[in-house]
Amino acid sequence: MSYPALTIRGLQYSYGTHRVVDGIDLTAESGSVLGVLGPNGAGKSTTISLAVGTRRPESGTVEIFGHDPVAEHATTSQLAGVMLQDGGLPMSSKPLQVLRHLSTLYENPVPVDELAEPLGLYDFAGRTMRRLSGGQKQRVALAAALIGRPRLVFLDEPCAGLDPQAREVVHSFIRDLADRGVAVVLTTHDLAEAEELSDEVVVIDRGRIIAQGAPEELRSASGGSRSLTIRLDSPVPAALVDRLTELGPTSAQGSLISLDGAPTASQIAAACAAVAEAGLQITDIGMQRQSLSDVFFELTGRPLR
Amino acid sequence: MTSTRIVSQAKFETLSVLRNGEQLLLSIIFPLGLLVFLAKTPLLTGLGVIEAGADPLSIAVPGALSLSLASSAFTGQAIATAFDRRYGVLRQLATTPLGTNGLILGKLGAVIVVVLIQYALVFAAAAILGFRGPVDILGLILTTLFGTAALLSLGLLMAGTVRAEATLAATNLIWVLMAGVGGLVIAHPGEWGTVVGYLPSGALGDAMRSAVGHAGTDVKAIIVLLIWGLVGTLAARRWFRFE
Repeated sequence: MSYPALTIRGLQYSYGTHRVVDGIDLTAESGSVLGVLGPNGAGKSTTISLAVGTRRPESGTVEIFGHDPVAEHATTSQLAGVMLQDGGLPMSSKPLQVLRHLSTLYENPVPVDELAEPLGLYDFAGRTMRRLSGGQKQRVALAAALIGRPRLVFLDEPCAGLDPQAREVVHSFIRDLADRGVAVVLTTHDLAEAEELSDEVVVIDRGRIIAQGAPEELRSASGGSRSLTIRLDSPVPAALVDRLTELGPTSAQGSLISLDGAPTASQIAAACAAVAEAGLQITDIGMQRQSLSDVFFELTGRPLR
Repeated sequence: MTSTRIVSQAKFETLSVLRNGEQLLLSIIFPLGLLVFLAKTPLLTGLGVIEAGADPLSIAVPGALSLSLASSAFTGQAIATAFDRRYGVLRQLATTPLGTNGLILGKLGAVIVVVLIQYALVFAAAAILGFRGPVDILGLILTTLFGTAALLSLGLLMAGTVRAEATLAATNLIWVLMAGVGGLVIAHPGEWGTVVGYLPSGALGDAMRSAVGHAGTDVKAIIVLLIWGLVGTLAARRWFRFE
């Protein structure tokens, strides 16, 4: 019988009396990327700690390929690689020293060079961890998560603080892992990242899963998937907003108008006519696909960040 | 397989200690300085610790050994662990196959290796200064093992419960107090001497002075160290937090 890479059922955890994980169920399959989205304090990092066995669940179960990460840590730690958001590596050592050491802890490690080369670690191999920038530390931490040749990888905000180039390297690593059959659990704030990389997304808020599905399913499930945005040459007058609201749900901020609810061509024409009647000029106009950020806002009434 | 990982961790931690300049100062230069200072100045005779004409090395050598042990097992490891904890290193290592117990045993191994290096340097310097023993090897081994267990567990207890800066400040202060008034280097007379005999520092000092320079085994002092080691280990298991 084959087990999913990760199965979580009815997971609960509290800090004191404050419940941070409140009944989470999720499954991660080999060869796919599971995106875990949610604002700060939603319980994402705690869920990862519970999943890798560094915390004991209050109730509920966690299984990594059928093994309990607390009771069978010797087995699960060989199977799962972890990049913790606030996880660190010894500050007084150099990156390759750390990776060489970590590789001795695993049964079948990846040769250090195979990770150091593509992640560009040789560029700063002579410096101690303490002297690395945030982005450089992140790259070493990613290598540390992968050094044990894991079949399940937890990446907690792997691209936080990375420049676009390093981000692209990390993204291609993540896609490559999934292509090679590794299960990836990716927590992120970055919606574009979640959309780009995830096969499935779960949205967590206040310790519960509030939505789940493929990124495009989540977008279409929440209704109007497109909106019209118009930028004017001056601030939007209130009278114009009132006028446009007759056409559909409208919001305005500064000189930017957004007409939601998948407006039709004739509604768009009417909107442009209303702008012309108000004697204003359009400096930019376009159709915007609804993002996961909008989905999150609709689900919770709060912005994601 | 588990033991290979522990050895690997001990090796890594040993190299980290030896690479750290400040810690090296604390663990090697200060004990050697103390040894030379006590051997070459009339301080011990002046304080009445030894009689006029007696060999100051019989106090200076065990004093330097005890101070070495306290530097590595207590202050050095407590500070290193406190900052590892602060920077999330412990959290990350706990997710590897090393696990928590492997991490602690790796630290214990590293302390013992560093202490052996310190002992070798202290004994070499002592020989140059004219120290000719006696040394009770069994007494020295027991003192080192139980002294390490007591001081390391108490140091880790502090590192795992309070902030890193507080650990840094407190363990350095305690190191000075242990050396100055805690019976680590010299036995204190009177009631204070009785009190410190039951503290880890005083018990370590008593046991070391019996084993080195007087060739005996201070069973009472070693039992006191053993009890502190058990208390420290139980307390650390109970209260140590990885984050």
